[in-house]
Amino acid sequence: MNLIKSLLAGAALAVGLAGAATAGEKTKVGFIYIGPTGDFGWTYQHDQGRKAIEAAFGDKVETKFVEGVPESADSERVMTQMALSGTDIIFATSFNYMDHVLNVAKKFPNVKFEHATGYKRADNVSTYSARFYEGRTVIGHIAGKMTKTNTIGYIASYPIPEVVRGINASYLAAKAVNPDVKMKIVWVYTWFDPGKEADAANALIEQGADVIMQHTDSPAAMTIAEEKGIMAFGQASNMSQFGPNAQMTAIIDNWGPYYVERVKAVMDGTWSSTDTWNGIGKGMVGIAPFSDKIPADVQASAGAIRDALAAGTMHSFTGPINKQDGSVWLKDGEVADDGTLAGMNFYVEGIEAELPK
Amino acid sequence: MDFSAISPVSLIVSLMIASTPILLAAIGELVVEKSGVLNLGVEGMMIFGAISGFIAAVTSGSPLIGFIGGAAGGALLSVLFIILTQYLMANQVASGLGLTMMGLGLSALLGYSYAGIKPPASAHLDIAGLSDLPVVGPILFSHDIMIYFSIALVAGVWYFLNRTKAGLILRAVGENHDAAHALGYKVIRVRLLAILFGGACAGLGGAYLSLIRVPQWTEGMTTGAGWIALAIVVFGSWKPWRVLIGAYLFGGVTILQLNLQAVGVNIGAAYLSMTPYIITIIVLVVMSADKKRASINAPAMLGRLFHASK
Amino acid sequence: MLRLEARPNPSKPMQALTPILAVLATMVAGGILFLLLGKNPFEAIRMLFWDPVLGEYAFYYRGQILIKAAPLIMIALGLSFGFRANIWNIGAEGQFIMGAICGGAVGLAFYPMEAFWIFPLMIIVGTLGGMLWALIPAFLKNRFNANEILVSLMLVYVAENFLAAMVTGPLRSPVGMNFPVSRSFNDYPAANNPELITGSGLHWGVVTALFLVIVAYVALTRHIGGFQVRVAGQSSRAAKFAGINPKLMVAICLGLSGALAGMAGIFEVTGPAGNLSTHLPLGYGFTAIIVAFLGRLHPVGVLMAGLLLAITIVGGDIVQTSLQVPKASIQVFQGMLLFFLLGFEILINFRVRLTIKGAA
Repeated sequence: MNLIKSLLAGAALAVGLAGAATAGEKTKVGFIYIGPTGDFGWTYQHDQGRKAIEAAFGDKVETKFVEGVPESADSERVMTQMALSGTDIIFATSFNYMDHVLNVAKKFPNVKFEHATGYKRADNVSTYSARFYEGRTVIGHIAGKMTKTNTIGYIASYPIPEVVRGINASYLAAKAVNPDVKMKIVWVYTWFDPGKEADAANALIEQGADVIMQHTDSPAAMTIAEEKGIMAFGQASNMSQFGPNAQMTAIIDNWGPYYVERVKAVMDGTWSSTDTWNGIGKGMVGIAPFSDKIPADVQASAGAIRDALAAGTMHSFTGPINKQDGSVWLKDGEVADDGTLAGMNFYVEGIEAELPK
Repeated sequence: MDFSAISPVSLIVSLMIASTPILLAAIGELVVEKSGVLNLGVEGMMIFGAISGFIAAVTSGSPLIGFIGGAAGGALLSVLFIILTQYLMANQVASGLGLTMMGLGLSALLGYSYAGIKPPASAHLDIAGLSDLPVVGPILFSHDIMIYFSIALVAGVWYFLNRTKAGLILRAVGENHDAAHALGYKVIRVRLLAILFGGACAGLGGAYLSLIRVPQWTEGMTTGAGWIALAIVVFGSWKPWRVLIGAYLFGGVTILQLNLQAVGVNIGAAYLSMTPYIITIIVLVVMSADKKRASINAPAMLGRLFHASK
Repeated sequence: MLRLEARPNPSKPMQALTPILAVLATMVAGGILFLLLGKNPFEAIRMLFWDPVLGEYAFYYRGQILIKAAPLIMIALGLSFGFRANIWNIGAEGQFIMGAICGGAVGLAFYPMEAFWIFPLMIIVGTLGGMLWALIPAFLKNRFNANEILVSLMLVYVAENFLAAMVTGPLRSPVGMNFPVSRSFNDYPAANNPELITGSGLHWGVVTALFLVIVAYVALTRHIGGFQVRVAGQSSRAAKFAGINPKLMVAICLGLSGALAGMAGIFEVTGPAGNLSTHLPLGYGFTAIIVAFLGRLHPVGVLMAGLLLAITIVGGDIVQTSLQVPKASIQVFQGMLLFFLLGFEILINFRVRLTIKGAA
């Protein structure tokens, strides 16, 4: 009996009968987050994007979120749950939700899915990501100009293309204005461990770094920089409350505009599967106001870089650039293609450390 | 590669800061275990202490009140463990794990409105002349007060366990609770006090993390420090000074591996991250290999239930 | 005042009654918690306990409960064997990870070959991987007297870092844009652990877990091995009299629990998780310790405890989605459930007597 029932139920799921999104009064929007909304980093910013949707559409939308969803069958269950209860569009905000998003999307063809940082799409699955490396170019420029010890400390999470891209972009920008600059990189192999991030910041400072960049989620390094009286850059969100003196600027993950646009498309019935990789220009990567500790001329040149990147008249990776082993990557004037950037797994020439493999 | 970039002096200073939360929690758990109780909820009490200390410090504006609040928070959470294990005779391993779950959840609920706030700064020792001495100055005379307190606490626990009658009673309870009971000692009361002390120490360790080492509140910020503290107790074979060494060694290896990476040592960073744990195992093996010495200190009644009518 | 009095024998009715009492108490306390959070407590409790099993979409959730419960049950079965013998493996999480890595690596090595024996081979290697990882603390305990609690716990962190090294290195998917994940096992049929009946949640891991409950039950109640474990747990001298080699016992208990944890790991990675990544460890190894104790170290108890915990996990997500409460409130709720389950157990072995002071 039960078996038959579940078989039938499975079939119902497969054809998307159960609870499929119908044109209700309110557009229902669901979010699944990898971390807690209070992490002041990645998840916090996605939740700010969710709030932007609420602000933009008021009571025409209903948003829901579930935090701390592991990248496992749990994510599939939570998304199914959302789809069953009539959610129209679901934002899955971590990379390894990828296959689970596609599995659920297959069962609910009427529900739209948006997957952050992924690369697998379907008729009802879009992907989106941000060109954070553009922000890294801006902070690299400031760091290169401002460092007194010619040493930039970089707290890195895992050796994945996203992080490697950030290291390369900031190094190239710093090197362009300061040929003597060195970059010290510490891999902490975690996205979130305030204690370890603070230790890493201390280690880098002790070894002469007077500017700290980070690609981890907590504001721990910023608080240490503030305490030690050195410079740092906010990651993911504006961290100036943690480092009112230390923060020179911050790279802000600004998902709001994109989220509003996509929800609008669902409302208008114009949503279609797309692949979006936006940068400063479309406002997906925000640059926090420059600190007044930055001299006026540096503010001006950094501002010019920011604006040129936004306008598309400049690219973070423009040749000539050699790879770390000295081989040519980009010829003079050549611009990196998105494919190489998406899978970047090498350092550029000049970085001394070896990329963990 | 330029190893001279690593300064031994600042290495020692940072390792003390990195180790102190674990040390505080471990020295508390040592007393708990010496009384024959195994409380695996250190992580939960630590994180609860981290948020309660943070709230106390932010509300009062005083780091000292923050630390008192942290200790009180940790002790408060340990009351749950006391009720379960001492009065309802529940299994200690499972109760401890439950305590961790509870602490992580409660701290996150309490902490929602405290993310993104800066706690008041703690005072550092600054003795004119002494603190400015080369090498000795930074290592001995310029820390925050809690580091001195943690070392004093280790000394105090050593003195208590080895030189006082109360300490003797506590150890007797941990060795053989039935005999201690027969001699007229209040087994439950001794353990109750030990667990409260352990909770307060763990809470203090958590508060050190949220007020000094990181200083900020973020959900789940202890990320396993409580488990390491448990390991350090066994590692130190239930001796206060060895626990201190264990905590500093663990912190030292962690800090050293980050420093080695920064000078560009070419070993996979993931493998370097394993080293603190592997070294802990190796030292443990070396120390336990001498059977006579190792087994003597382990409290015989560790984790066993006690009921007076038996 | 209230006084506890030991019962001569554990009370049978109480053994059945205490879990029910505990769940009821949790409903009350949890209801208050949700009320404090400004939510309708009755709705919240219904979503936590009723909806996953019998609610509108229960046809889907029931399968999901099995998916969550299977690894917990499988690991807890192994652990409870060791715990009975006073051998404390608290590093099942690490053995789970090593099982997933070893078994997964075998599958990836044969990619893209299609052969019926690949999946069974992966399960075997994964099981062995978990077992070998658990035999490290066994060896160090037998040879050097090193405490197995500590060594097995430390090895969890080593395994986590090893996993990170593997998925950013040798096992990283060559078609995954250099993200730290392995190839997807769902896209490689020979290495996949699929849902056997659509919508049922049943995969080979669930089937194996249920089968193992029966095996463990028979072994514990009928077979001599179960007897030896129980004797060894009671006292090592008694064990020696019964002709049991304590060192062998350590190796068997740790090896067995590690093997089951490794097996749970490889089933998980090839099925529900789908690939190896740094987010694979979900704490099953630690939660299983709780399951083992809640199940009173008995196979049937472990089965029930695993299912109960899985219901609150599935129900917890329903509450989170529908009522928009933070995840932390679910954690607190689960903590309460655990505390009440543990606390009420006292009624099995003790009688609560009301005594008037002075008269006693």
